[in-house]
Amino acid sequence: MPDETICGRAWVFGDDVDTGTIISAKYMTKADASGLPAYALIDLRPDFAEGAKPEDVLVAGRNFGCGSSREQAPFVLKQRVSCVVADSFARIFYRAAVNLALRVIELPDATKKIREGDSVSVDLDAGKIRNQTTGQSYDIHPMPEFMKSIYDRGGLYAYVEERLKEKGVAHEQR
Amino acid sequence: MTLTEKILAAHCGKSAVRPGETINAKVDFVIGNEASTLFAIRDLEKLGCTEVFDPDRVCIIADHMTPNRGIDEAEVVKINRAFNRRMKIANYFEVGQGGGICHVVVPDRGMVTAGEVCVGADSHTCTYGALGAFASGMGSTDIMCALALGEVWMRVPETIKLVYTGALPAGVTGKDVILRTIGLLGVEGARYKALEFTGAPIAELSMDSRFTMANMVIEAGAKNGIFPVDAKTLAYLNGRAKRPHTLYEPDADAEYERVIEIDVTGMEPQVAFPHMPDNVKPVSAASANGKIYLDQVFLGSCVGGRREDMTIAAGILRGRKVNPNLRLIVIPGSQEIFAWMASTGIMTDMVEAGACICPPSCGPCGGRNLGILASGEKCASTTNRNFRGRMGHMDSEVYLVGPQVAAASAVLGYLADPKEVL
Repeated sequence: MPDETICGRAWVFGDDVDTGTIISAKYMTKADASGLPAYALIDLRPDFAEGAKPEDVLVAGRNFGCGSSREQAPFVLKQRVSCVVADSFARIFYRAAVNLALRVIELPDATKKIREGDSVSVDLDAGKIRNQTTGQSYDIHPMPEFMKSIYDRGGLYAYVEERLKEKGVAHEQR
Repeated sequence: MTLTEKILAAHCGKSAVRPGETINAKVDFVIGNEASTLFAIRDLEKLGCTEVFDPDRVCIIADHMTPNRGIDEAEVVKINRAFNRRMKIANYFEVGQGGGICHVVVPDRGMVTAGEVCVGADSHTCTYGALGAFASGMGSTDIMCALALGEVWMRVPETIKLVYTGALPAGVTGKDVILRTIGLLGVEGARYKALEFTGAPIAELSMDSRFTMANMVIEAGAKNGIFPVDAKTLAYLNGRAKRPHTLYEPDADAEYERVIEIDVTGMEPQVAFPHMPDNVKPVSAASANGKIYLDQVFLGSCVGGRREDMTIAAGILRGRKVNPNLRLIVIPGSQEIFAWMASTGIMTDMVEAGACICPPSCGPCGGRNLGILASGEKCASTTNRNFRGRMGHMDSEVYLVGPQVAAASAVLGYLADPKEVL
């Protein structure tokens, strides 16, 4: 399934943005998570949750998404931006993002290459990030094949659904 | 192969695996808590999944918001309780009836054993690596997959071998050793890696100290942390573990990405200063710029709420009083530990000192309940994270410490070297 090119404004953050900063426990009291995206990164950047447009790109430094495994963190970001580009990602956040089909892209020195407010386009099929403001383009490492297959299905849920259907079919045949 | 590689190979039906390989690993046990498993419960329902892969191999206990903190939280716990009942998961323990923090209850009730793969919807699932198991924290959707299919996708990690040398000074526990280690590695230093703990000092550590150390490997970014299985491990598992264990040894020619030697001779108790778990200094640094006066001391959590922690803290609190300028909150890691504290007299000693003993749960660790910090407040805490705003107001500060420093600081009123009271 070909990926559309994303083109939006960059929201730039620093290193070690932990999942508790992405979405704080003080907001996570309800069973229903639908109200949470309004609080994404709110203590660090109060203007982000309201101001981010769906095509925008979150850019960060090292170790993005460290700390707690709360999946509400990639969940709220998926409701706010089209992708996250960072120097490096903490492991739990990265895999949870892949499982939710939130585009996560590693780019060395991301916050030097892309500055706050820059216009950024991301072409995953071509494997390129282009900073429209500076005119510079950067290659993106392709995602490992297995992870890409999860992402291409729209997330791990679809994968589990397929596997359960296979099991269901096997039962019917018996 | 390294220890981790061997366990993962055995769980994906291969004779060998190499770092970087993506596998589908069969899981032996799945854990979660009421907060982290909501998405999984909702998704399993949407999938029409009427059973989990094995109801005896699951434990999704309520610990983050219990006893029910408010109406919203009560509804979350209700969803969790109903799920456990619907799926016939027997490993559910109510507050007061065996309940407590998942990472204390799960190993103490023998739900994970050596050589197994355990994944959990909680970043501190890595705790069970102390048992010589592969244990790793993941997101809710991964756990949904594990619950439905009994397996989870994984990239085989490179292993960093940690070789500890020297003699551990008295009073220095696993908390101090792991803080020092995280200080050396950095919050990203073990990103995606397996940590293998070796060396004579490791063998000297109690199981409680090993659980504490394994618990915090995620703070250096690690996928898992694993301890060798020795006489202490076997004594712990004997008569407790629900399933037979499997023993593995790393190969003599196992390939490690790095080997790091850490000499613990003469080391001081350690402190992670605000606001990063790797901002670690020896406790003597606490008085470098005058005393750091505290508003709260918290003794508890999946890192610091075990019997060893309570014993060490009680040794300092006994016959002394909590400083009137702060609050000492004590939360036993489980109902069992709570009862043990009562029967050993430790609870009486702490109560007489002025400790506020709270129900077994995560409490204030993650900023949810039972001891939240106001603006400008400072807390010395036996927990594992001190990011800004973790335990309350964004302008509060959390200092991560072991039980000895916690108790000494509670008595003196400031972040203190235990030598000042001992």
